[in-house]
Amino acid sequence: MKFRDVIGTAIASTFRSKLRTTLTVIAIFIGAFTLTITSAIGTGVSSYINTQVASIGNPNVMTVTKTVAVTSTNSGPSKYDPSTSSSNTQGARQGFGNASAGVLTAMDISAIKATSGVLSVAPSIRLTPDYIQYGGNGKYVLTLSADAALTKADLASGAQLNDSSTANEIMLPTTYLTNLGFSSAKQAIGQTVAIGVTDYVGQQHVVNATVTGIQNETLFGAGASANTALTDILQQTEATGRPASVLTNYASATITFKNGSTPAQVTQLKKALTNEGYTGQTVADRLGTFETVINGIVGVLDAFAVIALIAAGFGIINTLLMSVQERTREIGLMKAMGMGGGRIYALFSLEVIFIGFLGSAIGALVAIVLGSVASRILSRRLLADLPGLHLLQFAPASIATIILVVMGIAFLAGTLPARRASRQNPIDALRYE
Amino acid sequence: MTESVLEAHDLAKSYGRGANRFDALKGVSLSINRGESLAIVGKSGSGKSTLMHLLALLDRPSSGRILLNGSDAASLAGATLNKARNQTFGFVFQQFFLMPNTSVLDNVILPLKIAGIGARTRKRQAMDALDALGLADKAKNNATDLSGGQKQRVVIARALVNNPSVIFADEPTGNLDSATGEVVEDILLDLNKERGITLVLVTHDPDLAERCDRSIHVRDGLIVTQEQYA
Ligand SMILES: Nc1ncnc2c1ncn2[C@@H]1O[C@H](COP(=O)(O)OP(=O)(O)O)[C@@H](O)[C@H]1O
Ligand SMILES: [Mg+2]
Repeated sequence: MKFRDVIGTAIASTFRSKLRTTLTVIAIFIGAFTLTITSAIGTGVSSYINTQVASIGNPNVMTVTKTVAVTSTNSGPSKYDPSTSSSNTQGARQGFGNASAGVLTAMDISAIKATSGVLSVAPSIRLTPDYIQYGGNGKYVLTLSADAALTKADLASGAQLNDSSTANEIMLPTTYLTNLGFSSAKQAIGQTVAIGVTDYVGQQHVVNATVTGIQNETLFGAGASANTALTDILQQTEATGRPASVLTNYASATITFKNGSTPAQVTQLKKALTNEGYTGQTVADRLGTFETVINGIVGVLDAFAVIALIAAGFGIINTLLMSVQERTREIGLMKAMGMGGGRIYALFSLEVIFIGFLGSAIGALVAIVLGSVASRILSRRLLADLPGLHLLQFAPASIATIILVVMGIAFLAGTLPARRASRQNPIDALRYE
Repeated sequence: MTESVLEAHDLAKSYGRGANRFDALKGVSLSINRGESLAIVGKSGSGKSTLMHLLALLDRPSSGRILLNGSDAASLAGATLNKARNQTFGFVFQQFFLMPNTSVLDNVILPLKIAGIGARTRKRQAMDALDALGLADKAKNNATDLSGGQKQRVVIARALVNNPSVIFADEPTGNLDSATGEVVEDILLDLNKERGITLVLVTHDPDLAERCDRSIHVRDGLIVTQEQYA
């Protein structure tokens, strides 16, 4: 028999016993569907995390906050201590890992700077401007992100902020565009916006700034960010008329350390900061928790998919053994007509590989269709706060891998029955009543 | 002088081992001439099918030799044996052995497909064979939906399709009523007369045996008598 005819006969055989084929295909379908979905979640999340990490781009920075005894659910609140728990008037944005944090004073900043391994310290200044306005399009509330220094923005248009420039530069998130009256991200670049600031005694001032970049939103909040020149001028304006006795406090500070530090060196730096009563967190630390949780969930789902596939594998063995039994006469007849054992083996193997292909291809296809719809709905509703996150991303390579692996599993499961078929004695088959 | 297609020398076949050993054939020698029709007659369980399977190279004898066209069949193995089965022999069985849920045409095509003949040629040859048996209009039907007589005609078409030199028929009319049985007998004997295909016919019907050129009677694994009718 020509190989092409073996393939054709194998495919025709699968369609001859429709119920049996359908049931086996369903078992494989479930496994392949689940695997496709979990791998898509894995791809989606890790690609999102990767853009986030890439957008941060500065591996040699760390956020430092003052360590406060963590309030654990078992032991109740910790005891008030006037030296650490000063009220947080600056409205600190807290890091992901911390339950609570104290504020940093100018003294803390110097102490951090003195820690060995710290190259520079930039206190995160939380500014509270009143509004932002573009042309005559009305005034809108402006939130300025405190840790702009930490991040390198994931740009929709324009360029990164230039901290060494003396011009006032501002970067806006994409969500600001429509309200402010920009027609597109591109159009906004180079435009001048007015920022209203109220000083310590209640007088409002206007500071102008140029839009240099439009940024996609990130895990670190949806605010706009300012370059050093703009930050300084806003801070000065806010401090106008403030008595010298009022100290400036900071929610956190960003430190830089040597570029290319090894993980051990980073750990050592963190330890040094801990000893002095501060908590240091790199961007990777902050994203790490998030990724660990997602990876855990994906891992559990993958395990279920593999269990489903193993069950499907036994289903295949059973199905094919039944099929060999049922077709004893047919096999005997083909052998009597001069079909070799190798061809019989190929026939049954191809049949099971084809069933594996059907199950996995249909499973992957349905997963892609349903997953894409679900992903779109999720990005619009549940995950609307995380633009850029497409929870399910279908990578062609991993889908091809899944299909091939499932076909491989099917082939392995079919080996035993196919061997049994190929060794059958034509006489026993023909005597079989 | 007539040349023999198949020769058997002192064939023995036993099934099982030890206490369960059963000698189905106990030393059978015979020679089948090219173009003749031979009936193998005997009671049920006498060893007719066993003998036929050995002659058709579907099974190996426990002892003895078979010569196919003068050469020892024991030396045939693998691809050569498969080729001999495919191109030299055609089979007709009592139980039909048609592939279920498959068209009449595809059933007849099967031996040609196994032989590796191209799609167009094999379809034409199968249609010719069906035509010869008056079944051309049933080609697209499901083989399992036919009547017994029609099924056996499909089986004969399948046995015929690769132009075999020998057709083995094991109780071909056993599952048919006498009228349809007679039609099938006529077809097989006509193939022998008109196309010169050697016919080996296993039957327990003495009347059918008498229509053949020659008959051998098997009892308890031995040939007891031989009769020449033509
Ligand atoms: N595979 C087998 N195992 C054991 N005994 C067998 C087997 N095949 C046939 N026999 C026995 O061999 C004897 C001859 O069988 P068979 O050739 O089929 O007889 P017939 O075709 O004349 O009815 C019977 O008694 C049968 O039971
Ligand atoms: Mg018999």
